[in-house]
Amino acid sequence: MNALAARRRHPAAIAVLLILGLFLTGAVYTAVAPKPADATTAALPAQTVEEGKALFRANCASCHGLNAEGRATGTGDQIAGPPLAGVGAAAVDFQMGTGRMPMTAPAVQAPPDRDGIKFEQEEIDAIGAYIASLAPGPAVPSDEAVDPALGDPANGGNLFRVNCAMCHNFAGSGGALTRGKYAPEVRGVEGVHIYEAMQTGPQSMPVFSDENITPEDKRDIIAFLDTLDEETKPGGLTLGSLGPVTEGLFAWVFGLGLLVGCAVWLGSKAA
Amino acid sequence: MTATPNPRPADALRDGDVAQAAPASAGARRVGGIAGWVDDRTGAAKPVGYLMKKVFPDHWSFMLGEIAMYSMIICLLTGVFLTFWYIPSVGHVIYDGSYVPLRGVEMSEAYASTLNISFDIKGGLIIRQIHHWAALLFTVAIVVHMFRVFFTGAFRKPRELNWVIGSVLALLAIIEGFAGYSLPDDLLSGTGIRAMAGFVQTAPVIGTYLVYGIFGGPYPGEMIIPRLYSAHVLLLPALLVGLFTVHIALVALQKHTQFPGPGRTNDNVVGYPVMPVYAAKAGGFFFIVFGVIALISAVIQINPIWGYGPYDPSPVTAGSQPDWYMGFADGALRLLPGWLEFEFWGYTLSLNIALGALVLLPLVYFVLAIYPFVERLATKDEREHHLLERPRNAPVRTGIGMAGITAYSVTMFAAGNDIMAIRLGLSINDITWFFRIGFFVLPIIAFWVTKRTCLALQRRDRETVLHGRESGTIIRTPEGRFFERHETQLPEDQWILVQHEAKRPLEIEPEVDEHGVVRPAARKDRLRAALSRFYFADAVNPVTPAELAAAQHHGHEAEAIEPAESSQQIESAETAGRR
Repeated sequence: MNALAARRRHPAAIAVLLILGLFLTGAVYTAVAPKPADATTAALPAQTVEEGKALFRANCASCHGLNAEGRATGTGDQIAGPPLAGVGAAAVDFQMGTGRMPMTAPAVQAPPDRDGIKFEQEEIDAIGAYIASLAPGPAVPSDEAVDPALGDPANGGNLFRVNCAMCHNFAGSGGALTRGKYAPEVRGVEGVHIYEAMQTGPQSMPVFSDENITPEDKRDIIAFLDTLDEETKPGGLTLGSLGPVTEGLFAWVFGLGLLVGCAVWLGSKAA
Repeated sequence: MTATPNPRPADALRDGDVAQAAPASAGARRVGGIAGWVDDRTGAAKPVGYLMKKVFPDHWSFMLGEIAMYSMIICLLTGVFLTFWYIPSVGHVIYDGSYVPLRGVEMSEAYASTLNISFDIKGGLIIRQIHHWAALLFTVAIVVHMFRVFFTGAFRKPRELNWVIGSVLALLAIIEGFAGYSLPDDLLSGTGIRAMAGFVQTAPVIGTYLVYGIFGGPYPGEMIIPRLYSAHVLLLPALLVGLFTVHIALVALQKHTQFPGPGRTNDNVVGYPVMPVYAAKAGGFFFIVFGVIALISAVIQINPIWGYGPYDPSPVTAGSQPDWYMGFADGALRLLPGWLEFEFWGYTLSLNIALGALVLLPLVYFVLAIYPFVERLATKDEREHHLLERPRNAPVRTGIGMAGITAYSVTMFAAGNDIMAIRLGLSINDITWFFRIGFFVLPIIAFWVTKRTCLALQRRDRETVLHGRESGTIIRTPEGRFFERHETQLPEDQWILVQHEAKRPLEIEPEVDEHGVVRPAARKDRLRAALSRFYFADAVNPVTPAELAAAQHHGHEAEAIEPAESSQQIESAETAGRR
């Protein structure tokens, strides 16, 4: 203890204490933080509208209403969940298949949560079948419609830059919208979900109908995003493909830091 | 030499002997011969000898300017390589190079040639990345070099002119950077040019004419890329290199400033001569800078032009920002409210854009350039200064500097508001409002906090000089009284704390002379006195020798925890504690 006491005035003492404290706080938090309960029920083999309806009533109705007619919040001034008649199975597959729905907490928009998908694909399909039974809407696209190998990435790139890049960024890294809303990153997203997003226009996204972007063009866009995912990153690490901001930050922090470090080292060298 | 008969000590016998020089080696003779040949024809020996013997003081912060110089040289070297392959033309081609996702896409020759440099020319991509990273670090190093010069008062007489040249260089560097950023003709750089065209258009009355002049017709035309290319590879580098030569020649002429220390005065320079020490150090540092930049360029991708795609006026990408050094102007545009655009006499005045894009850019560098003259107004100081000031010893200047940095940073960070919004999960509107208010509030806070911190540090310096450092060692005397031992400093440490000069506001002359007549210059003097009070009213001045002597005489009384009775004993204990 004496050695510790003697060093309590050491200049680094506060920093060491702080780091220790932060580390302990983090360690304790990860140890005792509540884990999400695992409530996945056994897979349902049959994709019937009735089963979908039952699942919907159990999991979605609290916000979307018992018959998917939509509901307001308790105070009545905001929409808890919009009416779902006519959104189609594609919208259900997109929202639930990317972990956006069911939403865990109210937020400006539903965040994608690929690790937090609560339902098996069969269950999602069942709910989709139920929603599709309420009113006609876009269906889940076929595997062929979203196969990147069949698309033309060069044409997809042109279409992406004209239609998508202003929100989702040239490399699909995402971008900001107003008041905390955002266009999410579209890298590493399954082709079928990209197709469905264009078809149904989730959150703040506009609908890109088949008249606007034909199914073949949609497949080209999927092919373009697929080449971005497959690309071997020419030139090195990408700093998030967010444009010049991260490059400037890197130059200031690491570039200047390294060079000043070298200058200090060289300056302290006696001649 | 004639020998004298007087008996002398042995050493004196060799007095006046001419030492036989060792015969020069064949190589040295050849070099000497060439040097002599050149000297006979150019007379270069004298100036080169002068430069080689030039003494430079040593401090790591003096190398920040070197970082800028070396990055510029690296840009020049790599830039030459890039000009071998780059085609400054907007002629249309269909791309058929190695980058598959763009094959078959229609694009300009400028963009296609940049793609070729990146994918088909051996070493092209790394050279391009070195060029870009070196450009970013060039501008970064200029700024931090400027910080060093500003906060140490190195811009004072006789170096005001060099400060002005430096400010112009800094402005030229960012314009050069912007011109280069615009050349690849990818979506990002094209967006930059489009924005620039818009900025120029907001110049009242002449805006549209200017744009037609710059673009050789309506936007985008075919002239802008070749013109920017000429500016980027000819005009601006020539200006930069020319002015930089003057900049560094003035450093050699006026001698480098040095930090205060024992033996360092306003009339000498303590350091090492260029040859061999400083040349080795500075030359070695070039390779360190080149190495670091090459390392970064080899590992970190910069400006992936293949990802942006060819320029087309209709699309734009999220995250369209200029490189960081133009960020402050972009950020100002994001902060300026829309109601600044209004109609006046039937004409639309777009002050929401003009203020940020056309006024701010030159204004920042103008304010920088005139600062030495503003401070000179407050000090009326006509002396030459070759000793640097510690930033704490000029609290108001340091405060102004920090306030300026804060205002600049607010606008610069505002340019990244969208990236902050998505990466930090914030609302872009909230960020914008934070910066809008922060632009006015944060510099004031920064000034106040910095100034108080400097004054507190100065007071602590006084305290340290007068009473030594609190050792934390409590001594108990045989009678049971306690006191803390204070360690006095070594004289050379103390010197640094007391060497600077005392400052006080300028005395204002009476506004009326002895005959009751108002002096014509009274109003101007009043302003100057007010400025001087702003700078020096609450100056904390260094310990004078008299104060120090008095403190050493009575110091122990203040240090005793209980009132001292037998001061003799305490004094002896304290003396024992001194280093």
